[in-house]
Amino acid sequence: MTGKILGISGPTVSTDLRGLKLYERVYVGHSLLTGEVVRLEHDKAVIQVYEDTRGLAVGEPVKSVGLPLSVKLGPGLLSGMFDGLQRPLRKLREEMGPFITGGKEIYGLDFQKKWRFSPVVKSGDETAPGDILGTVADGAFTHYIICGPDGRGRVSRITEGEFSLDEPLGLYEDGRMMLGCHEWPVRSPRPYRKKFPATEPLVTGQRSIDFLFPIAKGGTAIFPGGFGTGKTILEQSVAKFADVDVVVYVGCGERGNEMAEMIEEFEGLKDPWTDRRLMERTILVVNTSNMPVAAREASIYTAVTMAEYYRDMGYHVLFLADSLSRWAEALREISASLEEMPGEEGYPTYLASRLSGFLERAGVVETVGGRRASLTMILSVSPPGGDFTEPVTQACLRTTGAFLMLDTSLAHRRHFPAINWFQSYSLYSAELGGYYSEKISPEWEKLQGRCTEVLQKEETLREVAEIVGAEGLQDSDRLLMLIAEKIRTEFLSQNAYTEDAFAAPEGTLALISRIFGFYDRMLKKMIGGVSLEDALKAEDKT
Amino acid sequence: MRLSEHTYRTISTIAGPLLFVKKVFSARIGEVVSVVSPEGVRMDAEVLEIEGDTALIEVFGETRGLDIGRTSVTFTDSVRKVPLSEDIVGRIFNGSFRPVDGMPMFIPEKWIPITGRPMNPSARARPEEFIETGYSVIDGLNTLIKGQKLPVFSCAGLPSKELISGVLKNSRLPGKGGRFLVVFAALGLAFHEYSYYMKVLEDMKTGFVAFVNSADDPVMERLLAPRFALTVAEFLAFEKGMDVLVIITDMTNYCDALREISTAREELPGRRGYPGYMYSDLASLYERAGRVKGMEGSVTMLPVVTMPEDDITHPIPDLTGYITEGQIVMSRELQRMGIFPPVDVLPSLSRLMQKGIGKGRTREDHRKISNNLYKCYARGRDMRRLEAIVGRDGMTEKDRKMLDFADSFEKEFVGQGEGRRTIAGTLDTGIGLIRRFFPEMT
Repeated sequence: MTGKILGISGPTVSTDLRGLKLYERVYVGHSLLTGEVVRLEHDKAVIQVYEDTRGLAVGEPVKSVGLPLSVKLGPGLLSGMFDGLQRPLRKLREEMGPFITGGKEIYGLDFQKKWRFSPVVKSGDETAPGDILGTVADGAFTHYIICGPDGRGRVSRITEGEFSLDEPLGLYEDGRMMLGCHEWPVRSPRPYRKKFPATEPLVTGQRSIDFLFPIAKGGTAIFPGGFGTGKTILEQSVAKFADVDVVVYVGCGERGNEMAEMIEEFEGLKDPWTDRRLMERTILVVNTSNMPVAAREASIYTAVTMAEYYRDMGYHVLFLADSLSRWAEALREISASLEEMPGEEGYPTYLASRLSGFLERAGVVETVGGRRASLTMILSVSPPGGDFTEPVTQACLRTTGAFLMLDTSLAHRRHFPAINWFQSYSLYSAELGGYYSEKISPEWEKLQGRCTEVLQKEETLREVAEIVGAEGLQDSDRLLMLIAEKIRTEFLSQNAYTEDAFAAPEGTLALISRIFGFYDRMLKKMIGGVSLEDALKAEDKT
Repeated sequence: MRLSEHTYRTISTIAGPLLFVKKVFSARIGEVVSVVSPEGVRMDAEVLEIEGDTALIEVFGETRGLDIGRTSVTFTDSVRKVPLSEDIVGRIFNGSFRPVDGMPMFIPEKWIPITGRPMNPSARARPEEFIETGYSVIDGLNTLIKGQKLPVFSCAGLPSKELISGVLKNSRLPGKGGRFLVVFAALGLAFHEYSYYMKVLEDMKTGFVAFVNSADDPVMERLLAPRFALTVAEFLAFEKGMDVLVIITDMTNYCDALREISTAREELPGRRGYPGYMYSDLASLYERAGRVKGMEGSVTMLPVVTMPEDDITHPIPDLTGYITEGQIVMSRELQRMGIFPPVDVLPSLSRLMQKGIGKGRTREDHRKISNNLYKCYARGRDMRRLEAIVGRDGMTEKDRKMLDFADSFEKEFVGQGEGRRTIAGTLDTGIGLIRRFFPEMT
C-alpha cells in the first residue's frame, strides 16, 4: 500500500495512508527512510522517522510494510555492531563509506553464511514457540536455534548439515518450513514461563560493587553521575569482566570516539571466565549522539530484544546501556514534536511508566523452553548539572535494585571508580552478602559491616580533624583514619587500566581481610599500651 | 516531482522571524527559501515545517518591512549547501558565507549540504596523535589529540581570546610533514574582539579559514557559521587529507542564539529556557570531530564556552562536558595572581591524552612527568587549605615544601606568559620543577 506525505515537522511526518496499525513500520519518501506509526487519526497517520528528514518533500510516497519495528534473531549476532535499527555498521561502511546516509535496508543477519546445524528434535516431535530445535556453533559459542513465534506443529523432517539462514532446516507435517532465524517486534517483551527472585550475584570484578553494593543476576542497577565521573569506563569494565555468557552493550547517544576505542580494546582482550576473545560474547548497538534521535529511542529496545533472545537459549545475559538519559531525551524530543502535554522538565508524563516497563524486561526466568536464565540490566544515567533530583534518575529509583552514585568530588580526587559509599545502595545487599558468606567465607558479611562502619566513622572524624588538626586526635581515632584511607586507596579504588581492573571475589575478600587483620593487630598492641607510632614502626619491621 | 524554483506571494501570517506561506506545491523540509520585501530587500530563509500546502518558513535576519500582499517567497528545491574548494584557505567570511577580506568569492569545486552526515562509528579511527598548542598546561597535562573535541571553559573577563589566539598562531603537528590548518569560527563578537581577531588573522596571512559573525549580525548566522566551518573542515580533512583544528568561540553565544530562535518558534523551553534538544544539537557539531580509518586527515575541535555566572553546572558547559572528551578550565584566582594562561589543572582533563603521549608520540617520560606534577600540585592545593587553618608555621617541613611547589608550579609551568613552548620545553620545565623540590622522585 502506498500513500503520500501530508506534512513534516522535525522527525515526524503525517501521511494519508489508510489501514496502518499503531507501531507498524513504514518506508517514507523516495529514499525509503524507515519510520514507525506513532499516532492514528481519522484522516491521517503520524509517523516517527528514524533518519534525518532534511530534504524530504510533501507529496513523496509512504509505503507500509505490515509489520511492527522488529529485529532479526538468529546465529551471527555475536561480535556484531549495529545501529539502533539493527543495521550492521561494518557492512554499512563497506556499502556507503565512512559517513552514514539514510534509507538503506541492510539486514542484521548474514543470509549468505553457512552454518553447521545439529538437530535435537526428531521427526514426529511436537514443537512449540520457544523450543530448541538444535544447535549451531557460532565460533566457540553454542547457539541454540529457537522455534519462532509461528513454530507450533509436528516435525515431519529435520536434517543435520550445512545451511544458510534463508534455507529450511526441516519441515512441519503441514508443509511449513522450519527456519534458523525469526523476527521479533522490539517493543514486545519475549515471553517466559515464570519469573524468580534474583538471588545470585553478578560478579563484576569491581571490589566496591561486589563487596559493598552487589548486583544480582537478573537485577537492575543504575550508575548516575555528572560528566567526568567515569560512567563509561565503569560500564565498560563491567562489560569486560562480568561473569555472564553474553553482553549486549548499547552506546545510546554517546561519543563516537569512545565506541571506536572500545571496539579496538575488546578485539584484543580475553574474557576472564572462558579465555575466549571478549568480542565473541559481545553485541554492540551504537547510536552516537549525532545519529538520528528517533533511532536512539528505538536502540535500547532493539538491544534488549537481542538480549532476551540469548536469555531464551538459557544463557546469563548482561544488558548495559550508556546512557539512559540520552534515551529519555530522545523520548522527550519525539514527544515535543507530537505536541503532547509535557510533564516535569518537559519529559512526557509517561516517562516513568515506559521506563519501568522497560526495566521489567530484566529478571531471572524459566524460559519457554524450560531453562533457567537471567537478564541483568545496568544503565548509566547522566543527570544534568550532576543533580540527582532530576526526573530520569528519580524515575529509575522507583524500579531499580541498586543505585551506584558516581561522585564528582571523588572523581576530582582521581578516586575511581568514583562510587560514593554513603549515598549508594543495593537492595540485593543482604541476600547476596548471605550468598557470598556461604560460598566464599563466613567472614564476608562481617567484614562488609565493619568496612561500612569504618568509612562512616571516618567521615565524622574528618570534620573534627579539620578543626583540631590530625595531631589533636586520639591514637585510636588516628588509627581508624589510617585504616579508612587504606580502604579507600587500596581497596575501593581500582585502576581500570592495570592488572587490578578485575578482582575475583576471593581476591576481594583476601584484600579486605588483610586490611582488617592489620587493624586488629594494631588495636591489640595499642590496648597493651603501645603508642600508634611505635605500633606502626614495629609493623614496618615485620 | 518538481524541477525548478517556485515563487509565491501567498504569505498568510508573519510572526517575528516566522512566515506562513499558503498553497505551496511540494515544499521540502530544510529547503532554502529567499524572501524579497516590497522594497526589493532579499533575505535568506528556510522551511521549518510543512502541513499540507502550508509551509512555515523562518527568515534569517530582520523581518521589518515585510508585508502580506507584496512580499515574494521563492522556494529553491534545495537544502542549504556549502561551496567548497581548496582556494578557501586563507580567506575570511561572515556568517552568511560572504567574503569580508575584500577579495572576490572563490570558484567552488563542489557543494555539500551544511549538516554533514554522521560518521559511522565502525569507520572511526582511534585518536592517538598529539597536537602541540604551545601551552605547557595543555600540552603537558591535558594534551590535545588529533580527532579530539576539547573545550575551553572560561569565565566572563578571563583572557580566553588571548589563549585562543595563541593556539591559532602556535599550534602545529610536530614532526610530521602533513598539512595542518586552523578553521576559525567566531560567533557574536563585540567590536573590540572582532578587531583583535582580525589583527591576529592578518598577521597569520595563511594557514586558516575564518568565519566571523559580529554581535550585531543576524542571530541565525550564529547557528550557520559553525556548520559552515565544520563542513569546510570535513572537506579539507577527508577529501584533501589535511589535519584541521576547528576553533569555535563562543559556544555560549551559539546556545543563546539557539534559545532565541527556539523561543521564536514557540517550542517548549527546557532548563533555563534552552530547548530540550540542545544536547542533540550540540552533539551534531561536536561529534563531527574525528579521524576515519584508512584516511589521511582529521578534524579536531577546540570550542570555547564562557560559563554564565562562572557556573560549571549551567546547561551550556554541562551539556558540552557530556559530549566532549575532557575540558580545559580557566580560573579567576590564577588570573588575579597574574598568571597567563590562567588554566586550573585540577578540574581540567583530556580524556584521550593517555593514548597520544609517551614514546613515539611525545616523549617516553611524558606520562610519568604529568602524573607526578598533577599529584604534587593536588597535594599542594590541599596544603593551602590546611595553611588557612593552622598557619604556615604549624605545618611540617614536608607540607611546606608541597605548598612552595604549588606556587612555583603555577608561576613557572602554568604561567609561561605569551610565548610558545615546545613539548620538549614543557617536559623539561616539569622535570626541572620536580628535581628542585622532590629530587627523590626522579
